[in-house]
Amino acid sequence: MSVKTLVIDGKAVTGRAGETIFNVAWENGVRIPRLCHVGGLSDVGACRLCLVEIEGQRKLAAACLTPVEEGMVVHTSSERLKEHRRLILELLLAERNHVCAVCVMNGACELQDLAAELGVDHVRLRYRFPKLGVDTSHERFGQDQNRCILCTRCVRVCDEVEGAHTKDVFGRGSGSLIINDMGGPWGESDTCTSCGKCVQVCPTGALFSKGKSVAEMRKDRGFLKYIVTAREKREWIR
Amino acid sequence: MSRRILINPVTRIEGHAKISIYVDETGEISGAQFHVVELRGFEKFAQGRPFHEMPGLMARTCGICPVSHVLAGSKAGDALLGIAPPEAAQKQRRLMNYAQHLQSHALSFFHLSSPDFLLGFDSDPARRNIFGLAASDPDFARRGIRLRQFGQTVIEMLGGRRIHPPFSAPGGMTRVLEQADVDEIRAWIPEAYESVRLALARFKKVVDEYPDEIEHIGNFPSLFMGLVNRYGELELYDGAIRFVDGEGNVVADGLDPARYQTYIGEAAEEWSYMKFPYYKPLGYPGGMYRVGPLARLNVCNSTGTPLADRELREFRQRGKGAVCAAFYYHWARLIEMLHAVERIEELAADPAILSKQVRARAGQNRNLGVGVCEAPRGTLFHHYEVDDNGLVRKVNLLIATGQNNLAMNQAVEQTARRFLRPDQVTEGALNRVEAAIRCFDPCLSCATHAAGRWPLVVEFRRPSGELLSRVVRGG
Repeated sequence: MSVKTLVIDGKAVTGRAGETIFNVAWENGVRIPRLCHVGGLSDVGACRLCLVEIEGQRKLAAACLTPVEEGMVVHTSSERLKEHRRLILELLLAERNHVCAVCVMNGACELQDLAAELGVDHVRLRYRFPKLGVDTSHERFGQDQNRCILCTRCVRVCDEVEGAHTKDVFGRGSGSLIINDMGGPWGESDTCTSCGKCVQVCPTGALFSKGKSVAEMRKDRGFLKYIVTAREKREWIR
Repeated sequence: MSRRILINPVTRIEGHAKISIYVDETGEISGAQFHVVELRGFEKFAQGRPFHEMPGLMARTCGICPVSHVLAGSKAGDALLGIAPPEAAQKQRRLMNYAQHLQSHALSFFHLSSPDFLLGFDSDPARRNIFGLAASDPDFARRGIRLRQFGQTVIEMLGGRRIHPPFSAPGGMTRVLEQADVDEIRAWIPEAYESVRLALARFKKVVDEYPDEIEHIGNFPSLFMGLVNRYGELELYDGAIRFVDGEGNVVADGLDPARYQTYIGEAAEEWSYMKFPYYKPLGYPGGMYRVGPLARLNVCNSTGTPLADRELREFRQRGKGAVCAAFYYHWARLIEMLHAVERIEELAADPAILSKQVRARAGQNRNLGVGVCEAPRGTLFHHYEVDDNGLVRKVNLLIATGQNNLAMNQAVEQTARRFLRPDQVTEGALNRVEAAIRCFDPCLSCATHAAGRWPLVVEFRRPSGELLSRVVRGG
């Protein structure tokens, strides 16, 4: 296996060929923000929060999709990148109805945490206030399109880990919706196994367990590492 | 030539409002209106949300009494699940409600209203506030602030924070109470008793200095409504609805709060965003009724706690059957504070409150849920209709202040007739008109305080709208 040597934020690091900048950075303690990436699932580069600067390249690159190269010099937290990330978060917040104060995930939401971490204290864009529905037809889970950031984690976990492919993306651009099967109520889905993996990987309160009150929902992503490690390495880690 | 005197905004109340006083050609006051100038829209934007979120969502209605909205929302949720929460959860909810009454009443009495009668209705308006009170009697003001802090501390203990605490949900509580919490509550009790006793003594000392205010600020017979328990005692969390009339006769008793629409109607007027509830059998506006501390002490047989009962007996000597003067709302508030401290002491000594079993679980079993409790300002109704998937289709909120709306309008008119001379408007007279509103401790948006810092504008206008003169205070 060939090894690539590169510099991330002034730190000399090594990664395996084909490994992404994102993974090598995290393995070496450089935390790049992300919302769509989850270890164990394929990457799609949907959220653009992991954009990094690579010396010699004019365009910014999504760290989760860019393989490491020999001699690369990568910057992950320049002022320019921070400003871009703040804007991306503001766009996400303005796009749907993210009302933290009355959300089931208040206090444990990845979007909320990142916004706080990156200093998003105001949204400079005009809110769109789309009229979107809530689907609580499933016996155990609910889906609130108002809180969805279209990261597609749920789509990927359902397809790649559970193998059901109940969830998919409908429509285009910011008007896209996560649907179940052909777009019917979740509770009437023929393919859903009610495993709840989609709920656990969802970074916001868009997917939640029914019966949870405000700020009561907490998610457990440990299960995914467990499944993926078991599958790929044939090791049971707990 | 008829004119209108406008008080806008009304100060030292919670929320935003204005008062219009109409003066006819002969210079006599022909009427008065208390306008609520805010529109909140909670009933509308709760539509489409899962009902489990309602307690947390409804808490946001109010920064002063979020606990009441969480409780009413949780109780409506219990009704939708068709279950009763475990004993410990019910006791903790009661504890929260008493703490809420204590802190809210302390705010109303010490911070907002007492400057009027402890410093004088005609005293310098720049000093007629909690700061002026603190300057003239630092220990008394400090006790008021500490008493509120006690209530808030209890709320923070169970809710995690003082404002909009997410402590209760359909089926029970979301947290448990620890022994250390109960110990901390008990440590506060002696000071709380002492502070309420001092406030009562102080109020009783000055109350007879204001015979004119007692006689003419909102003093009229009306119906009174409140919850009582099965023994007819003062009840703040559960129980049945009772109505009494201005002479203390029981008009209706044992009414199911969940069936409130069979006996309470809601009218609307185009000049106010607040609804006008009325007692249906007497029609609108004849079915005017009052809620809140004065009403609760008028409808109950007793408070059910010894110290508050002793005070209640003395209080009742102020009326024939029922105590009708709105000025006595302040007194009633103090008696309820004493009652709340007694009940908090009782609950803190009850080992059952520490049980870890605080949540009953169930799926949705009903499509209609009504939750009712006594908020500091009066009876609060939350009515939710949900679809089979638990999404809210319709919400109706009957807020305490709304139920006092008719009475507040009448109180403003009565006070204006007695104290206001249209040809010579004095600051003290205007303050009495505002004080009539303060008696009811209205919580209009329930989200903002206006503690003497808002300008008060009085405008005299011809019916055509032409401005005759304008007086500005504060700002």
